[in-house]
Amino acid sequence: MHEELKKYADTLPESILNEIEEKCPASKIKKVAARVYKEYCDAKIDAGEAVGLVSAESIGEPGTQMTLNTFHFAGVAEMNVTMGLPRIIEILDGRKNIATPMMEIFLKSPFNKGKDIHNIAMRIKESVLGEFIKEYVINIVDLKIELKLNLEKMAVIGVKPALLIKAIDKALGKEVSSKENEEGGLVVKLRGRDEKGLNDLYKAKEKLRSVYVCGIKGVSQILPVKRRDEFIIITAGSNLKKILDLDFVDETRTTCNDIYEIQKVLGIEAARQAIIDEVFKVIEAQALNVDIRHIMLVADTMCSSGEIKGITRYGVVSEKSSVLARASFETPIKHIINASLVGEIDFLNSVVENVMLNQPVPVGTGLPGLLTKVIK
Amino acid sequence: MAKKKKTEENQTKELEKKEETIKEVPEEESKEVHDAEQPLEEIETSKEEPSEAEEKKEEMTRERVEAMQHFVFKQVSSIVFGMLSPKMIKKMASAKIVTPELYDKEGYPVDGGLMDVRLGVIDPGLRCKTCGSKLKECIGHFGYIELARSVVHIKFINVIHDLLRSTCRECSRILIPEDKIKTICRQLDVVEQEEGIEARRSMVKKVISDLKTINKCPHCKAKQQKISLEKPSTFMENEKRLSPIDVRARLEKIPDNDCLVFGINPKASRPEWMVLTILPIPPVTVRPSITLESGERSEDDLTHKLGDIVRINQRLFENINAGAPEIIIEDLWDLLQYHVTTFFDNNIAQLPPARHRSGQPLKTITDRIKSKEGRIRHNLAGKRTNFCARTVISPDPMLKINEVGVPLTVAMKLTVPETVNEWNAAYLKKFVEKGPAVYPGSNYIIRPDGKKKKITDETKEAALEELQPGYKIERHLMDGDIAIFNRQPSLHRMSMMCHRVKVLPYRTLRLNPVVCAPYNADFDGDEMNLHIPQTEEARAEAEILMEVQTQIVSPRYGLSVIGCLHDGISGNYILTKFLEMTREKAIDFLCSAGVIDFSRLPNKKVLNGREIFSSVLPEDFNFKGKSKSGEPVVIENGRLIEGVMDKVSLGGEGAGLLLRSLHKKYGASKTVEILHKILCLGIEALLRNGLSALISDTDLPAEANDKIQDILNSAEEEVSNVIKKFNAGELQSYPGKTLKETLELKILEILNRSRTKCGVVVKDFANKNAHSIIMAESGAVGSYLNVSQISACAGQQVLRGKRIEKGYKGRTLSCFKPGDLSPAAHGFVRNGFKHGLKPGEFFFHAILGRDSLMDTALRTPKSGYLYRRLANAMQDLRTEYDESVRDANGRIIQFKYGEDGIDVARSESGKIDVQKIIDES
Repeated sequence: MHEELKKYADTLPESILNEIEEKCPASKIKKVAARVYKEYCDAKIDAGEAVGLVSAESIGEPGTQMTLNTFHFAGVAEMNVTMGLPRIIEILDGRKNIATPMMEIFLKSPFNKGKDIHNIAMRIKESVLGEFIKEYVINIVDLKIELKLNLEKMAVIGVKPALLIKAIDKALGKEVSSKENEEGGLVVKLRGRDEKGLNDLYKAKEKLRSVYVCGIKGVSQILPVKRRDEFIIITAGSNLKKILDLDFVDETRTTCNDIYEIQKVLGIEAARQAIIDEVFKVIEAQALNVDIRHIMLVADTMCSSGEIKGITRYGVVSEKSSVLARASFETPIKHIINASLVGEIDFLNSVVENVMLNQPVPVGTGLPGLLTKVIK
Repeated sequence: MAKKKKTEENQTKELEKKEETIKEVPEEESKEVHDAEQPLEEIETSKEEPSEAEEKKEEMTRERVEAMQHFVFKQVSSIVFGMLSPKMIKKMASAKIVTPELYDKEGYPVDGGLMDVRLGVIDPGLRCKTCGSKLKECIGHFGYIELARSVVHIKFINVIHDLLRSTCRECSRILIPEDKIKTICRQLDVVEQEEGIEARRSMVKKVISDLKTINKCPHCKAKQQKISLEKPSTFMENEKRLSPIDVRARLEKIPDNDCLVFGINPKASRPEWMVLTILPIPPVTVRPSITLESGERSEDDLTHKLGDIVRINQRLFENINAGAPEIIIEDLWDLLQYHVTTFFDNNIAQLPPARHRSGQPLKTITDRIKSKEGRIRHNLAGKRTNFCARTVISPDPMLKINEVGVPLTVAMKLTVPETVNEWNAAYLKKFVEKGPAVYPGSNYIIRPDGKKKKITDETKEAALEELQPGYKIERHLMDGDIAIFNRQPSLHRMSMMCHRVKVLPYRTLRLNPVVCAPYNADFDGDEMNLHIPQTEEARAEAEILMEVQTQIVSPRYGLSVIGCLHDGISGNYILTKFLEMTREKAIDFLCSAGVIDFSRLPNKKVLNGREIFSSVLPEDFNFKGKSKSGEPVVIENGRLIEGVMDKVSLGGEGAGLLLRSLHKKYGASKTVEILHKILCLGIEALLRNGLSALISDTDLPAEANDKIQDILNSAEEEVSNVIKKFNAGELQSYPGKTLKETLELKILEILNRSRTKCGVVVKDFANKNAHSIIMAESGAVGSYLNVSQISACAGQQVLRGKRIEKGYKGRTLSCFKPGDLSPAAHGFVRNGFKHGLKPGEFFFHAILGRDSLMDTALRTPKSGYLYRRLANAMQDLRTEYDESVRDANGRIIQFKYGEDGIDVARSESGKIDVQKIIDES
């Protein structure tokens, strides 16, 4: 780094220093650094500023302008993803089951060129037995089901009948037995045939249909897409852990939109970043303008305890130390009752309690005290 | 006997009395308190024994004296929550209630009744027997009733159940061996310290849930029975009923140390207090009765409920004393339990709610506290104010941007207090002389002891004589006074800004249309509120933190929210693009717009609009930007050399880059000043030039119409080709989509593309001098999309990302064949609005209109709730002096606000523009 810039190493943020370094010709650097430093000092936030409320306003206010529509129809063949206000609510609630889980899988170098992209994608997709079956023939007399297989499709993914048998054994091994027949199809028989009837056979057929065969569980749809100069795979349904285990996946860039899953697999810092990215994506898509700092603060409040806490009465709000602050949000009676049992003490160090008591609030101009010598 | 504390109306006041530790103020200050209060007390005592003549006088003064001024010298530092012990209830009570009657024959409250005068007064003229003060001065006092048989408190029923299940039925010890109790307690403390009180609560729950199944006491080895709760409030031990008396006996025996494991602090609340033997009666001030027009009294719901309790209680007493059979006593006991339960909560699932005779359920304590209209959110977290006004708003571009026009009638009602001193005495006397009826007069005079007197024509003389330093005059609102202006919903801080008052005739509040954007106001009947700060501190804060100029830059994105709109933009666009005038005319022009400094007008015969515009810019201002259409805008040394002014330079709400850089260089007040001048210029330009939207503005030449028809025809043909392919099964499906979906996507894409193409044609052929086009081009109002929808083609109506599919089976409307996939059958509107829509097209368009109405109606409450949650969760976050962001507990949320400590409102869209600095230096 330039000598002049080193002087500011402790005072200016790294991003700004890098920007100066990058853009500024060496001759000007001293002057520029001094001016940037001055502007930076001018732009700094005041102590005591109620940044939380400003952030809440900055996200809450554009919320009224967002559309409720849940579709996404940019481009020709994008996935259907929850967007707009419902998505924001979903993220900030910290929901464990989101409406449309989705992944963006980046591939490592030789695979992302587009060759065989479709086959790679097909390997990721969760396949069930029903997809490979052309026809079910139910033999009532022998109480067995003959399955005619879609061999072309199996060839594409590389599934052999043996694998299907294995899959059936694994899932329904206790109820049925299966083997290959002469025509290349499968024959499935019920175990303990004597006490079973036709009904059981039909039930077994339905169960067979959804037997998991191969691919990655949870990934129900795949869509290879060209992004700039590489191919990526977009999926509906997500299973981050399994996907990252695959050797052709670029694990540094692959993400999903399920915050909880990210937290589980990659940790809380990644989850925080995911919240920021996801909220920002929605706001951007609505052509609204919200500074990233506000979203960051929201993400930080949600993640500061080490796990994701939604902005709900069970999440962030329940963490507050003040009884009155919790009571003024939701379920006041519950909070007061519980407080009385424990003998909780409210030290009135946040905002609402002081509003209730008509006292100055400890943010902004309410924060500093004034000491003065009284002349007697 | 346990009674949840906070049930009273005057919650805070009661809290102050009973539940807080009040921090003592330093000695000097508390002396001052005494000094200040002394004269007050003297006045009070001197009135104790008034002679008859004086009594009359007192009555007169009482009429005039409206409110006493209170000064808060004490600060509440903490509030302790806990349960009331029976002892405490008795101690704080000032009366024992024994009779359900309310009034005697004369209508005077009965002694020992629910409206006993010892509980406070609600009738004018009566004095409280406990504290001797009158109505409004006495805050009320609690009473109590002794319950004939104890009754469980419904709100603690689950806690009691847990306690019974996890303690021994013989020795009442918790079912945990002695040595383990201590370790568990320690663990709990650690959890509370590390993760907060909620974590402790959930751990307690876990500990307790394991105890249910233990059936041998580890202390006395007694065998345990299964205890179940029969809802709502009966406990059964192996099919045998446990009466509240039995329950209480067991709870009493639980030692203090064992309570701790249950998360009960024995200092704050003993378990047996959860079974009531004595019930506190809230003061009458909490449940005032209202006198109807007919002279009949209508009692509060709580009084009704308490009446029921007292009545049943008396009957139970009598029956017990008379030795009635056990069944009757049990029945009455259950009834008492029911009444006490519904007194606390009238919405218990298994109980029928107690009702009025009319059938409407009673509002009891729980209903009073909870929900939006309850005490907490309605009365404690939300306040009402005096000194405010509300009316319809209307625009006035001639007002300064930080002014608000206040109707004269309002200005004569709202007042500002001014303290009399040596130097302003003469000035303030004038206001008193004029009285309340002549503007600028005054309405009240406040004596140093806090007595407030109304100024009338009769009292004017006396007031004038009395006036001396230390007195306060509440004078009428005048030009230049500070006011806070607000429009609901107050979604961001710009919804409440400080304006300067400008007193005007007529009856609406007026504001400069430029500030409509931050308030999100329009003039279709919107109303707004005006508040007048009453103290110097409040005024200073309002002026420094909230005045309009301080709010130009939004903290949401760091760009200006306030900027020219509509006429301001189109006017300046016309001025800088088309106008040219002689020097004389230019000077006339500037004069009318309120600009009187012509020194910067070049000395030429004919001046163009850019030169005229330049004369409002500061001399050393440089700016490089782009106009809406992408052409460069260059300002050098305060001269607009190239380009036109439009929305990108002058607009608000994230546009207005010119304004933003003015703001950065010259500060807020100067920007507001220049913005006002620019706005006036724009309006003046329009006044002289005229701007009217004509229907012919959107006329297209025949050539353009042909082109549009070609585009639409070819699009329809393309669609029918795709459909043919689909029917023939030749269509290649997109990955992950079915054939049908692929078809729909393709059609949608073709049709959308065709409308875009039409838009381009319209843009090419539109008459650039037509006024409607000028409006769109300058960004003032409307867009080319609107123009092309009017003149060319309204386009495909997209409902939830798809073409319209609703309607009959296989078709949208009965005029189409089932299975028709053509554009027209699924919501493609081929005609423009001007040409007129076909019935089918009109219908499809109306579907979309309805859908968007529904969308708004559903969105508002959802986003409102999200906002409330966000605000509640984050309201106590603040930056500290070390730039970290912390919450009220001091937990660190961010180490440096926004990772770089930059305030968005002070930056340019959140960044420091390094490139610009490099370029400039």
